[in-house]
Amino acid sequence: MEILQLLISGISQGCVYGMIALGFVLIYKATEMVNFAQGDLMMFGAFISFTFLNLLGWPFIPGVLATLGLMAALGVLIERVLLRPMIGEPPFAVLMLTIGLGFMLRALAGAIWGNKPRALATPFSGGVIRFGELVIGYENLAIVAGTAILCGLIFLFFRYTRLGIAMQAASQNQLAAFYVGIPVKRIFALVWGLSAIIAATAGILVAPVSLIDPLMGSVGIKAFAAAIVGGFGSLPGALLGGLIVGIAEQFAGLYLPAGFADTSAYLILLLMLFVRPEGIFATLQRKKV
Amino acid sequence: MDALLELQNVETYYGPIMAIRGVSLKVFPQQIVSVLGANGAGKTTVLKTISGAMDPRKGSVRFGGDAITARDPDQVARLGIAHVPEGREVFPFLSVDENLRMGAFTRRDSGVRGDLDLVYDYFPSLAGQRKLAAGFLSGGQQQMLAIGRALMLRPKLMLLDEPSLGLSPRLVHEIAEIIQRLNTEQKVTMLLVEQNAKMALEISHFGYVMEVGRVVMQDSCERLKSATDIQEFYLGMKDEGVRGRRRWKVRKTWR
Ligand SMILES: Nc1ncnc2c1ncn2[C@@H]1O[C@H](COP(=O)(O)OP(=O)(O)OP(=O)(O)O)[C@@H](O)[C@H]1O
Ligand SMILES: [Mg+2]
Repeated sequence: MEILQLLISGISQGCVYGMIALGFVLIYKATEMVNFAQGDLMMFGAFISFTFLNLLGWPFIPGVLATLGLMAALGVLIERVLLRPMIGEPPFAVLMLTIGLGFMLRALAGAIWGNKPRALATPFSGGVIRFGELVIGYENLAIVAGTAILCGLIFLFFRYTRLGIAMQAASQNQLAAFYVGIPVKRIFALVWGLSAIIAATAGILVAPVSLIDPLMGSVGIKAFAAAIVGGFGSLPGALLGGLIVGIAEQFAGLYLPAGFADTSAYLILLLMLFVRPEGIFATLQRKKV
Repeated sequence: MDALLELQNVETYYGPIMAIRGVSLKVFPQQIVSVLGANGAGKTTVLKTISGAMDPRKGSVRFGGDAITARDPDQVARLGIAHVPEGREVFPFLSVDENLRMGAFTRRDSGVRGDLDLVYDYFPSLAGQRKLAAGFLSGGQQQMLAIGRALMLRPKLMLLDEPSLGLSPRLVHEIAEIIQRLNTEQKVTMLLVEQNAKMALEISHFGYVMEVGRVVMQDSCERLKSATDIQEFYLGMKDEGVRGRRRWKVRKTWR
């Protein structure tokens, strides 16, 4: 029973890692940049939803939609203002820029909302479902359901919409995408918008479980490890990597000495790099020389 | 008649390396024009400069009378210039169908469905593979897909970069035939870059010969075919030793 309980909290935590990892992979696949501010975008999304839902008292659905809309705009803006001038610069410079962006978002959040941790009250705060001894919080159910719905929508978007297929085309062959008339630069901005939406969704879902504060985005590093475990370049891989890390963390917390829980993400990463360096879903081919 | 495409004194660089050194050329509507030349002559760079993948440092590119110099490639595509790049460059993980639909990305009209059927008419071997990821196609099929994808744009001008590269003689013949048919039946003007001079001169109306970044010869293909230099160095009709050492001795084998 205890194992099942751990599994459930591991899955819900893993979904959060998975969603952040999804954002990493999306941006990487499309633009070949790694956005180290992905976790901080989650934090920002959580604060914005806190503003709409709790400070302004909006009903849940409109508040969430407003948050997602605002975050999408923020993602597009970041690409437009910060990243686009960096096209052609060395990857290292872009990396530093996104790390700097993370610092900026944290400082900005601290300035606007303060550094005191806040709790986000949502319709699914507090309630639990019991199956015998098993206790599942509504928030955890919401995380799993929310992740499933989001992933389903993303799948449909990439599979069936013109824009989604164009995003795939731009990430598979940038020059050919240009030649058929796809506005690749605008597509990159939209990919950033989409990643910000995913990050914000993760933020809204995780906020009722773990408090919101400007540093909550630091889970981004574990999510980054999860993305690599999943194969960095595969969307299902990112999600699976997140779940593996989330579940392993819970079990390490119980069965291994203190300290292992927080490092388990990196231990898995190390193990993975030894056993199967290309990740679970190896879709990225080695670059042709 | 006014030229559909006109390049004037175009100079394009890779960083400090000057790849084309003042190229001027004209393509008239309904023509097939070829650009011949050895490896590294700058043929690909000319096409990239036209489609906006590279910006020239000097000179101008005009299309249908308007300056399109240094526009973004997606903008150029919207004007009706479809670039079939060297090495095919399909979207490897998208299906054949999706590749073709992406070719019509700029279009909003209702003719896309019909054009899809048209492409499958021209390339029956693709019709049976609609759902297959393009990366799994053979080289020849990928070349056909790249041309078909360009056709989906309903272009006024098609830029073809060595479509015969790496194909068997039978496929080269097939591609040449398709290019001619698209030109006459679909009224697509063609700018064709080739090392296969025999094929290119066979199907085109006018030809330019490039050498280290410059146009060194231009004439109707009738006359080019009979020019001794061309016969010797591109069609392989004479032993090259006879003429002694020449600047453009460095050239590729003839196919
Ligand atoms: N990416 C690059 N960086 C630097 N120089 C380049 C690059 N691409 C091409 N060049 C140089 O520019 C010149 C023209 O190249 P280009 O590719 O246009 O030739 P080409 O005629 O298309 O040759 P090929 O028949 O081999 O395709 C060559 O001298 C080449 O060395
Ligand atoms: Mg070339």
